[in-house]
Amino acid sequence: MGNKTIEIVEEGIGELIQKPDVEEFRKFVREKKRRALVEKVMDEKEAVSQFIKDGDYIGVELYGTVRAPLSIIREIVRQGKKDLRLAGQGLLEIDYLLAADLVTAMDVTYIGYEVLGLSPIFRRAAENGKVKIVEWSNAAMAWRFKAAAMGVPFIPIRSMLGSDTFKYSAAKVIKCPFTGIKLCLLPALILDVGIIHVHKADKYGNCVIEGISGFAFEMARASKRLIISTEEIVSTDEIRRYPEKTIIPYFLTDAVVYAPFGSHPGEMVYLYERDEEHLKMFLRMCETEEGTKKYMDEYVYSVKNHKEYLEKIGIEKLMKLKYEKMGR
Amino acid sequence: MKYSKTELMICVAARLMEDYSTCFIGTGIPMLAASLAQKLHAPHIIPIFEFGGIGANLKKLPRAVGEGRTFYRALAATGICDIMESAQRGFIDYGFLGGAQIDPYGNLNTTVIGDYSRPKVRLPGSGGGNDVGSLCWRTIIIMKHEKKRFVEKVDFITTPGYLGGKGKREESGLPEGTGPYRVVTDLALLDFDEETKRMRVISLHPGVMLEEVKENTGFELLVKEPLEVTPEPTEEELRILREEVDKERYYI
Repeated sequence: MGNKTIEIVEEGIGELIQKPDVEEFRKFVREKKRRALVEKVMDEKEAVSQFIKDGDYIGVELYGTVRAPLSIIREIVRQGKKDLRLAGQGLLEIDYLLAADLVTAMDVTYIGYEVLGLSPIFRRAAENGKVKIVEWSNAAMAWRFKAAAMGVPFIPIRSMLGSDTFKYSAAKVIKCPFTGIKLCLLPALILDVGIIHVHKADKYGNCVIEGISGFAFEMARASKRLIISTEEIVSTDEIRRYPEKTIIPYFLTDAVVYAPFGSHPGEMVYLYERDEEHLKMFLRMCETEEGTKKYMDEYVYSVKNHKEYLEKIGIEKLMKLKYEKMGR
Repeated sequence: MKYSKTELMICVAARLMEDYSTCFIGTGIPMLAASLAQKLHAPHIIPIFEFGGIGANLKKLPRAVGEGRTFYRALAATGICDIMESAQRGFIDYGFLGGAQIDPYGNLNTTVIGDYSRPKVRLPGSGGGNDVGSLCWRTIIIMKHEKKRFVEKVDFITTPGYLGGKGKREESGLPEGTGPYRVVTDLALLDFDEETKRMRVISLHPGVMLEEVKENTGFELLVKEPLEVTPEPTEEELRILREEVDKERYYI
């Protein structure tokens, strides 16, 4: 037994834009995470003003246009919460916040519309060097949440190695003290605020997600404050009858926002499909700064709340999107 | 029966999918290939999607890696940690990826075109690409064959191929025995030379000359002798592709 230190072989040059301070997180969890069973139902306006402040590091769950907490994001834009730092795992969420010029730095994995092409808003932000960007892989971001959920400051993994994705990240490579192989160490990612859209929640914030759970389990536990928006508010009795379905127990949750069609123009599996028409229009308009501004004015700034947004989209359209074609 | 280059590419990729194998499916053409394989020679294939879909019935073509169609009538709907951890412990046989740029060693770029700090084009970034290319046993890359895509040096290594050549993956700490296995393009099927780990043409698609492949490649290609000719898509493959896999015509 000679060398007692672990050798750092290589370091990414990306900035660590949120420190993995697990001691502080433990204290927060002890002192600020309420154990009391209190009702937390409120609207977007109250949730955002109460739990999000300028400069916060925020994260949304899931990726793409799926189970996207967009009613909350539109409210953040309306309230103009600024200097936000983001875990770039969302898509429309990220684009709305970028379009409103509220973001200073981002941990990025993938921002693009898959079959519908690149994101014009993200492209402009990155190409103009307006926002600080740090690169990660999808697994890396999820595992960073997992580390935070575990309460440890880092987690060793076997991807990211050898790539520029690593080089432009804030990860480190070490030699494993047990096997001698090289491992990539990821810093835990503790969110100031996590935002998750779910299928069902009770008034205390016990939540059920149907279908794949993405990284909701990890992110809910990696968040200091957690805002939940939900398609449906159910009774606690229903929650307690199927406890194996509770992915987020109430003591992790700070706000419960009732937001039917909250993922629109994204989808909500088993409930409604994504609004292909709206997405295409959004992407077309966002090709220019002027178009982006027009879209934001029309669908975010000029509506007071989620109810008005849904009225703007129209009941007929929403009913057409109802998930009836495939079901289970 | 007439067919397009994209249709041929999908058929070639589908034929590489073995029955009962675990396949990590990325967005786009891999989804069509997996669906076609499932309806033809590989009914027991286990398609795996990064946000948690395992063993879906690909009756309807997924348009995004997290959407409902990635776990329709699936074996399990879990989450991204479970999927990525399965890949990390060696359970995923094949990973299917696309890219904007590829180099002779199969390194892939999906992050930026041009200089990183002031890119000409900012692309989406790694997503699960880096993890798939790092952790699956065999990576299969599906890309359009163009000189601007097949380059001597990629602008950014988003996803590692063989990095600088033989042994470099292991040196960097990536799991042993992994790496790019095939490249499927609209002109040819390629693999990687055992000794140098450089890209090598193994089969030309029908009607394509070797010269055409070389002209559309920005680096020196190795050629396996004797060179094979890719079998044309069969009528059955085309019929199922058009009538069942991509009925809504997202890709073909």
